[in-house]
Amino acid sequence: MSDSVKEKIFKIIAEQAVLDVSDVGLDSTLEDLGIDSLGLVESIFAIEEAFDIQVPFNANNPTESEFDISSVASIVKAVEGLVSEQA
Amino acid sequence: MHRVVITGQGTINALGTNVEDTLQSMREGKCGIGPLEFRDVERLSIRIGGQVHDYAPESHFNRQKIALYDRFTQFTLLAANEAITQSGLSFDGELAQSSGVVLGTAGGGVNTWDDNYRAVYEEGKNRVHPFVVPKLMNNAAASHVSIEHNLKGPSFTVATACASSNHAMGQAFLFIRSGMCKVMVTGGSESMLCFGGVKAWEGLRVMSRDACRPFSANRNGMVQGEGAAVFVFEEYEHAKARGAEILAEVVGFAMSSDAADIVMPSKQGAARAIAGAIKDAGLNPEDVAYINAHGTGTAANDKTECAAVADVFGHHADKLMISSTKSMHGHLIGGTGAVELLACIMALREGVVAPTIGYEEPDPECALDVVPNEAREAVVDVAISNAFAFGGLNAVIALRKS
Repeated sequence: MSDSVKEKIFKIIAEQAVLDVSDVGLDSTLEDLGIDSLGLVESIFAIEEAFDIQVPFNANNPTESEFDISSVASIVKAVEGLVSEQA
Repeated sequence: MHRVVITGQGTINALGTNVEDTLQSMREGKCGIGPLEFRDVERLSIRIGGQVHDYAPESHFNRQKIALYDRFTQFTLLAANEAITQSGLSFDGELAQSSGVVLGTAGGGVNTWDDNYRAVYEEGKNRVHPFVVPKLMNNAAASHVSIEHNLKGPSFTVATACASSNHAMGQAFLFIRSGMCKVMVTGGSESMLCFGGVKAWEGLRVMSRDACRPFSANRNGMVQGEGAAVFVFEEYEHAKARGAEILAEVVGFAMSSDAADIVMPSKQGAARAIAGAIKDAGLNPEDVAYINAHGTGTAANDKTECAAVADVFGHHADKLMISSTKSMHGHLIGGTGAVELLACIMALREGVVAPTIGYEEPDPECALDVVPNEAREAVVDVAISNAFAFGGLNAVIALRKS
């Protein structure tokens, strides 16, 4: 897990949840952090902007999207994958 | 039929960030029109407007809300808070379900369209913020007012260009008069003072480069403004029973369509709406002491409006006062009728008639008492407010002193 990806995602999620970065953990879920569906699409937008990637996420059916949002760790892992695909 | 009264008013516009400041500016005949300040203004040939300056969204809304609220929605929410606070109403239970929001706007989230077109066309970006649609939609302001204040009855947005607010307030009036609703939050908002918004208006060649001078022989066009005004319309018995302060009574409303031209006004269409509102109120033309004119400052509107007034009022046209406050706050397009209703209420409550400022030369085609340049003290028992939109859609509302 590269630190820079993890750090950036923690920052994005913390900002969206209006929390300190220290309150975000790898095993936190977005629900734990109080991020609702609008907050989720906003987070995904911020991630796309930060890494200049396209996140395959469809809000109609989040659990079946290729992009795993079940925890902060899974988001970090998915973003790392997308970033390396692009490299 | 139920009687309808106004128990709250709120605003933000170029003349002030609340009702009292706005009315004070109107009493003083102050001009809120000045140089426009926004990105790329130097590429415009029209560079003046009635802009709300020194406005910081951060001092009213948190970051998440700002991401969701276009400027026209922000203005609406501020005006609605002021109006609802003044009314003293809070909405829950049965009252919430029989209270709604009808607001006018012509363009909705024009700044949001502008910013995001810029991002994808000019800057070549391939993605936009996820809230672009909920931010720009014309009903965003009405929906956010309903959400903030728990208004669960009929709520929607009316878009009839420059008559949007009057059409909206007319619907609110009819809903209460018919018994369908107890309280309606109504008025309108506009914020299209951005590069794309003003550029579009430039195309029509009806804009003034220096000032809005309604009814003056040397008038040379309209000047855009921005802002919002929102009112609480309430069923009379409901307001009386709770001892609410009544600002004015809404007594009549009429609409008409010219069915003629998409931009040129029609004397007959305007006259039918004015006469219709007076008839709907059960009044005679002689009862009207003040008209807040549509008075855009264009050659076509002002002479057509004066001719319509002469037709409807006959000899009484020479006795009544007619002023255009657009000379001070600019033309708020879909929000304009709402801001102008503030001047009508001031005339009824305080006996102060807001002036038409910038008036320099009499025009024989506008030979009425336009209350030139200085506010006037006068007893006004009935006032009407005109709005005549592009598309030939007219809406006139009549108020009586309470």
